[in-house]
Amino acid sequence: MSSALWPWAALVLLGAYHGVNPGMGWLFAVARGLQEKSRRAVLGSLLPIAIGHEASIVMVVIAVSLTAQVVPPFFVRLLAALVLVTFGLYKLVRPRSHPGGFGIRVGPAGLTMWSFLMSSAHGAGLMLAPVLLGLQVYATYHSLSEISLQAVAAASLHVAAMLLVMGVVSVVIYDKVGLGILRRGWFNLDLGWSFVLIASGAVTLFTAA
Amino acid sequence: MATTLLRPDQTFYPSPRLAAEAPVETLAYMVTFDPTRKTPDGLVTLDVDPKSKSFGRQIGRVDAPNVGDEFHHFGWNVCSSALCPYASHPHMERRYLLVPGLRSSRIYIFDVKPNPKQPKLVHTIEAKEIADRAGYSRPHTIHCGPDGIYVSALGNPDGDTPGGVFVIDHDTFAVKGRWEIDRGPQKLAYDFWWHLGYDTAITSEWGTPNMVEGGVNPEILLAGEYGHKIHIWDLPKRRHRQEIDLGKEYQMVLELRPAHDPAKAYGFVGVVTCLKDLSASIWTWYLDGSTYKIEKVIDIPAEPADPDDLPPLLKGFKAVPPLVSDINLTLDDHWLYVSAWGTGEFLQFDVSDPFKPKKTGSVHLGGIVRKAAHPTSGPLNGGPQMVEVSRDGKRAYLTNSLYASWDEQFYPDGINSWATLIDAKPDGGLSLDGGFFTTFEQRTHQVHLEGGDASSDSYCYS
Repeated sequence: MSSALWPWAALVLLGAYHGVNPGMGWLFAVARGLQEKSRRAVLGSLLPIAIGHEASIVMVVIAVSLTAQVVPPFFVRLLAALVLVTFGLYKLVRPRSHPGGFGIRVGPAGLTMWSFLMSSAHGAGLMLAPVLLGLQVYATYHSLSEISLQAVAAASLHVAAMLLVMGVVSVVIYDKVGLGILRRGWFNLDLGWSFVLIASGAVTLFTAA
Repeated sequence: MATTLLRPDQTFYPSPRLAAEAPVETLAYMVTFDPTRKTPDGLVTLDVDPKSKSFGRQIGRVDAPNVGDEFHHFGWNVCSSALCPYASHPHMERRYLLVPGLRSSRIYIFDVKPNPKQPKLVHTIEAKEIADRAGYSRPHTIHCGPDGIYVSALGNPDGDTPGGVFVIDHDTFAVKGRWEIDRGPQKLAYDFWWHLGYDTAITSEWGTPNMVEGGVNPEILLAGEYGHKIHIWDLPKRRHRQEIDLGKEYQMVLELRPAHDPAKAYGFVGVVTCLKDLSASIWTWYLDGSTYKIEKVIDIPAEPADPDDLPPLLKGFKAVPPLVSDINLTLDDHWLYVSAWGTGEFLQFDVSDPFKPKKTGSVHLGGIVRKAAHPTSGPLNGGPQMVEVSRDGKRAYLTNSLYASWDEQFYPDGINSWATLIDAKPDGGLSLDGGFFTTFEQRTHQVHLEGGDASSDSYCYS
């Protein structure tokens, strides 16, 4: 794969990973479908979840883009690495941070807010920082308008991948497979996710040019 | 806190339907207490595997490090609600039993994982921590919630109102604080549970510690001042939404059994006694539009009796009140079990239509006047009280003590404690033929089953 393409592939893969992860949204969509006994309730939940996820990602994209405007690329990488390692260590200690105050009967706005908080607590956006920094526009100085276009494209591609995978998984589980699969297929990735965060922080630092 | 390394804890089930297919329990946990407060209360392990030589017998016991706690109800650190989508933590382990002392207000935490037959005390929450952090005392019901351990408490540290609910962190076992943000008119407390599918909590009413610890107070009772209401709450917002008054004559509204299916918004609550005729009753609450309503669906009449056979408290009434003290609903929401502790009767109802229960089974054990025997025993005292039902709905476990100071008033000769297993027939009806009947030195109270039972777990998926 050419070096210009890997960040885009990584964005899609990370999106797919968030789409498959029950804790990030599809399970909520299925629960609402079962409660209402309606597949429309499943499908209707997907977009609010995706919007919340996108919002969480965009926060990081904006932070990285603005930082890239004022400090040299090396320091952006250093900062991203520090944040990733710190957050990864935190997740080792408290792997199960989930937002409080939510119930199953949230409306679309509540679902968006839940998804935003859940994605942020998970570090979904942070994980994108090293990938963004692999994009050509961030590697050397570009104006904010040049960066913005690619930043929006990057975040949207990621969320599109998530939405697609989440949609397929939730409909297949709701229509065919049933929730018994949770007991067999919901793997504990908490520990792994912490190490991935820390490792990608380290990689970000040591690949700094 | 301990987590599973790969899959979710295999005792968690997304729905009550899937949980009903769980493996049959081989161990049961039961708390016992010493009414004289001289020896430590205990957490007892019972062998409930019918293929085992020690079937029905005690195979382990851990003593409390103090005396006088009065063990009563207890519960798990986490359960199937850990799979709820908005606060999922599927890889925590169901391995700690939280056992409150209803008198001491301590909560002991026992680890059952290293040796399920001989649990080990790993942590104690002192009364002071509950008082300081939550303003409550006399912890009663424990439910493992989606986002923490919920505990109801009968009153404040002075033994007065308000009683309420507090939350314990399921990672650290620290008392997080009082659950209610807005308690509205609610003052008395007893049981609580929820409709997770409707983000709704329900609480019931008994009396404050000062109203119950010295025994049932006839003046308070005849004035209709014990609890006679249930309260409906917004569970995530922690706010009171509605008060439902059953009427002053319906005294002591105790065990709440919401439908296990989270798509259903109804449940059953037992009332100990009606001042008019000493009858007991079961009521069905249900959601009607945006408000909850309640309807009496079962009446259990008092039985006439010779005053010479009655304890002083009841002589003037010339009748034995049924005193419904505990009820339990099978995971398929089909069968309701009812303990009438006064008359010594254990009843089974088909509640597939929750507004038209049909009585399908009854056995007599003990009772104030009847003193009915088990096929393997002589005359019994005490009566069917705490009832626990297996996840497959085929077995009901019963014990016979209520609460030390009340035991003395209704059974002044003392209670010889027992635990028994009663089989439920597939199409309704009860059988004493299989099962077991075992007596204990200390007074027996709540039973919970290995891996979960019909009152331990709640579910987010229909």
